[in-house]
Amino acid sequence: MLRFLLTLLLLLPMASQASEGEFFLAAKPAEQARLLDTWAAQPEPGRLALLENLQAGRIAKDDNRKVRLNNRLRGLIDNALASHRLLSDDSATRLAAARQLQKSAQPAQVALLDRRYASEPDAAVRAALGLALANLQLGASDPSVRLAAVRLLGETGDPTARTRLEALLQPEMETDPTVRTAAETSLAQVKRKLLVGEVLGQAFSGLSLGSILLLAALGLAITFGLLGVINMAHGEMLMLGAYSTYMVQVVVQRYAPGALEFYPLIALPVAFAVSAGVGMALERTVIRHLYGRPLETLLATWGISLILIQAVRLLFGAQNVEVSNPAWLSGGIQVLPNLILPYNRLVIIAFALAVVLLTWLLLNRTRLGLNVRAVTQNRNMAACCGVSTGRVDMLAFGRTWGKATSSIHSWWWC
Amino acid sequence: MKRRSLIKAFTLSASMAAMGLSWSLQAAETIKVGILHSLSGTMAISETSLKDMALMTIDEINAKGGVNGKMLEPVVVDPASNWPLFAEKSRQLLTQDKVAVVFGCWTSVSRKSVLPVFEELNGLLFYPVQYEGEEMSPNVFYTGAAPNQQAIPAVEYLMSEDGGGAKRFFLLGTDYVYPRTTNKILRAFLHSKGVADKDIEEVYTPFGHADYQTIVANIKKFSAGAKTAVISTVNGDSNVPFYKELANQGLKATDVPVVAFSVGEEELRGIDTKPLVGHLAAWNYFESVDNPVNQKFVADWKAYAKAKGLPGADKAVTNDPMEATYVGIHMWAQAAEKAKSTDVDKVREALAGQTFKAPSGYTLTMDKTNHHLHKPVMIGEIQDDGQFSVVWETEQPLRAQPCSPFIPGNDKRPDYAVKGN
Repeated sequence: MLRFLLTLLLLLPMASQASEGEFFLAAKPAEQARLLDTWAAQPEPGRLALLENLQAGRIAKDDNRKVRLNNRLRGLIDNALASHRLLSDDSATRLAAARQLQKSAQPAQVALLDRRYASEPDAAVRAALGLALANLQLGASDPSVRLAAVRLLGETGDPTARTRLEALLQPEMETDPTVRTAAETSLAQVKRKLLVGEVLGQAFSGLSLGSILLLAALGLAITFGLLGVINMAHGEMLMLGAYSTYMVQVVVQRYAPGALEFYPLIALPVAFAVSAGVGMALERTVIRHLYGRPLETLLATWGISLILIQAVRLLFGAQNVEVSNPAWLSGGIQVLPNLILPYNRLVIIAFALAVVLLTWLLLNRTRLGLNVRAVTQNRNMAACCGVSTGRVDMLAFGRTWGKATSSIHSWWWC
Repeated sequence: MKRRSLIKAFTLSASMAAMGLSWSLQAAETIKVGILHSLSGTMAISETSLKDMALMTIDEINAKGGVNGKMLEPVVVDPASNWPLFAEKSRQLLTQDKVAVVFGCWTSVSRKSVLPVFEELNGLLFYPVQYEGEEMSPNVFYTGAAPNQQAIPAVEYLMSEDGGGAKRFFLLGTDYVYPRTTNKILRAFLHSKGVADKDIEEVYTPFGHADYQTIVANIKKFSAGAKTAVISTVNGDSNVPFYKELANQGLKATDVPVVAFSVGEEELRGIDTKPLVGHLAAWNYFESVDNPVNQKFVADWKAYAKAKGLPGADKAVTNDPMEATYVGIHMWAQAAEKAKSTDVDKVREALAGQTFKAPSGYTLTMDKTNHHLHKPVMIGEIQDDGQFSVVWETEQPLRAQPCSPFIPGNDKRPDYAVKGN
């Protein structure tokens, strides 16, 4: 009998859980919002699973009914979930939760945050919680609490802190002059920090865009410098590379779905080979006959570009195809509150540097490089010395195509 | 005398026979209809499927016996996202091919460039895309939405509690007449709702723009001020880099929702939509709408795409402008049946008040005077499978207001289609 009662007691929270989910599912959006607000203010460890499921749009893992969410409910779910995750044993989870609460906490959560702040053992989490609390305390009735909150907000570089502090500068919003002065000082501090983030962000986006253009330009420079060919089909080389990346993705998806995460690594050599091959073939069949006649090469390469565009349109259609970002390339490093460095951009910059380095090595440290430089400087003399200029031309053309291709990888990931 | 009358009678009967012969010849003849959509260039991403949808609808009508006993014969041309070429091609369709009607155009700039041609030659154009309004030509029937059937309800939703209660608005568009006029209307509308100019930011990018890093960073900065929503009138393939950048910089729909007026299921095919869940689009139809007419429409389209081997047929989707194309062609066919002719003036008369049971789940009516459809408004959220789930919709179709009351001076314009209006 006792055992039965105990099991019943154990089952009780689970049952209430299930019914809470059912209740939520049946409620109207306004009621659901109220419910989430209450849950956010009074977290219970047993509700965590339900909230996690709600975030995924269902009330239980094995339940197929879809919960209809809108952005407001999604925001409230995130907030309630953060509230619940504050109770976690893992300090990293708590830190993430505290960061979320800095953005989304509601006045009803002050009591909860106060309690957690007082009992938080981890220093980083405590600091994050302090900030979340400070955001809410700006509206407190006690001027000394407000003052402390304003001072604390000055320490952050958070863009939202700026708006909150700006609001305090109006005399009708903030009656206490000392708090107003403190808000002014804090605001200046925040603005300085934001400026640093903005300047760094601009520099970074310039760098990442520049590195892609660098890769594309490198190919053009070699074809024009070495062969004297103005290559109007350079853009189409990039296109070929992009479509071979797409093909690799499709093939990997079909035959080795497990390796999908790493398809860019496979796509890189494949795309290189495809466009280098096409490049070499075209050099042998078309461009070779037109050396020394810049106008004709201009026309011929333009024609090639049209042919390639139409061929791809026939094969793949005019619609965009999807080259997806693998998980390890999405997201970014949060350096400052207003500065995220996306992983894919970082990879592109590293990749551009590597390609430039390889090109330099190839041109300056290999026999082919020596030949290429000799042909660039004086074609006839190089031929006299036994350099097969035709072969060098072909390889150079193929290689630029290949290189152009690799740059398009970066294009597609950004 | 007798002989003369005999000759007369003979010629008469001969000419009668010849007429009869020409009649029967014409019966075997077809009715040519023009399809004027960009199959290359920056708008190909959106317009190619409209061409295919038009062909499917024409097949469907032909399978039921055609119009007035004659088969429809499509004449497809490619104006290549090149606006002056639109005018040239439409002139070619009207004067050389002598088509009875043209279905086409996506961007307003293309419609504006063909408009003088259609008015001069008294042609008939069915325009299937939502647009900025401010136009009611007797030679055009507009089967897409006017601003009050798309843009205004979408902004009202964003300002509502369920939409997130947006206080600041970032208006981002491609630089041409549709985004500029729509944003002019929206600015006036937002003023009327008490939103100040400092809370509205307008940014335009050229067609085919691909680098949205700075713009998304600016949206982020702008959104620190208060709850912000982005209203996107970006058109064509620029949408792909724009949405990728949003995902890249971690701008989630719960923080800053983006509502788009020119992004549908077709445009999302090229994007991984998992990071985009919750961003919005306002249309008059979504593929996910659940009703028997739509189920048949979607199934027909998928079967057609597969049978014709269209690229990406296994992932074929329908969207609002495709539905509008479908509705437009059927309405024209009904009107031509009613008028018993494909003469432009007669068909125009017959089109007034024409109704059609559309895949959106409503019976749509062509307005008696203003050449626009009465349409329901739906706001959908992007799902992780590239579809939309409807979060808000009107209870019944709305009558279009092509001349927005938010633009001063419009109250004096006539509410019926007349040249130069």
